[in-house]
Amino acid sequence: MNPYPISPIQIVSITFSIFLLVLIAILIRKKKIREEYAILWILIFLIFLLLSIFRGAIDTISSLLGIQYQPASLFLILIASLFLLTFHFSLVISDMKKKINHLAMTLSILEESLSEEEKNSS
Amino acid sequence: MKLLVLIPAFNEENTISDVIEETKKNLPEADILVVNDGSTDRTKQILSNHKNIKALHLPFNMGIGGAIWTGFNFFCKKDYELLVRIDGDGQHPPAQARSLIEPLLKKEADLVIGSRFIKREGYLSSLHRRGGIKLLNILTAFLLKKEITDNTSGFRAYSRRAANLLRKDYPFDYPEPIEVYLLSQKGLKIKEIPTEMKEREGGVSSISLMHSYYYLIKVLLTILVNFLYGGKK
Repeated sequence: MNPYPISPIQIVSITFSIFLLVLIAILIRKKKIREEYAILWILIFLIFLLLSIFRGAIDTISSLLGIQYQPASLFLILIASLFLLTFHFSLVISDMKKKINHLAMTLSILEESLSEEEKNSS
Repeated sequence: MKLLVLIPAFNEENTISDVIEETKKNLPEADILVVNDGSTDRTKQILSNHKNIKALHLPFNMGIGGAIWTGFNFFCKKDYELLVRIDGDGQHPPAQARSLIEPLLKKEADLVIGSRFIKREGYLSSLHRRGGIKLLNILTAFLLKKEITDNTSGFRAYSRRAANLLRKDYPFDYPEPIEVYLLSQKGLKIKEIPTEMKEREGGVSSISLMHSYYYLIKVLLTILVNFLYGGKK
């Protein structure tokens, strides 16, 4: 299946990918990271694990994309993944900001009606 | 007609009392709501010394759009019918607020804007800001086939229908020009009347020199996205 003998960098990258996947799994179990936010990370680590195991994949991708310098396609995949992640965070932050604003608005109106009631009762 | 005057205030300890007193004098029948947008100066204490006003204190600075949005929500929760916005920095003359309400009462419009540029009297803003306003006006005229001379003026009056529409999906950052787009797209009528404004007496503008270009780009982006998106529906 794999025409190349396993190289030291492969061992390092496979170990690192597995380590990160296990880390994510532990974090999900301990409820330190929510599943919805972990999915993208898991996907990206899985892709890297696969790329580390099947070394020929990078060559295939490079030739498909017409990239002559193979490591460049690795960087391309890496940068694309990071873009995706940061974009995802922007979405999450925007959503949170919206919710926080809603909370602040509701809080201020509630406070007002509370102090109004106190005034009326005293 | 139950009238609410909305006064957004962020660090306006020097001017807020005058604005409140002037408003009380000119619109004695109105309820006054001050939205204290997370001020770090004495605005909050000053407000607590005023009687017969309502005050909302936001736990952090939300920006002018957030303060207005909070006011809209308060307005819609209670049974008010008309809303007038007068900024807490003393730029907007409460004495002219009544003329803003007139077209609403006659059902001629759902949003009335007090424009500095119809009569061109009083304070007209700095040169490069006027350039930005001009650009916005050209774009508005082009996209909405409608002439709005002072798209960035915050001296405005709203019908309940307008406030209710705007509060659902409010443009938080720099709301004034976007309001015009949102309401026009829904087919609400907008009218401008001439007003005079003063140069701000205190506080700091929500748009500094550096920010005005950022403001312009952001507003243009929002308008374009809104227009393209709204046009498809």
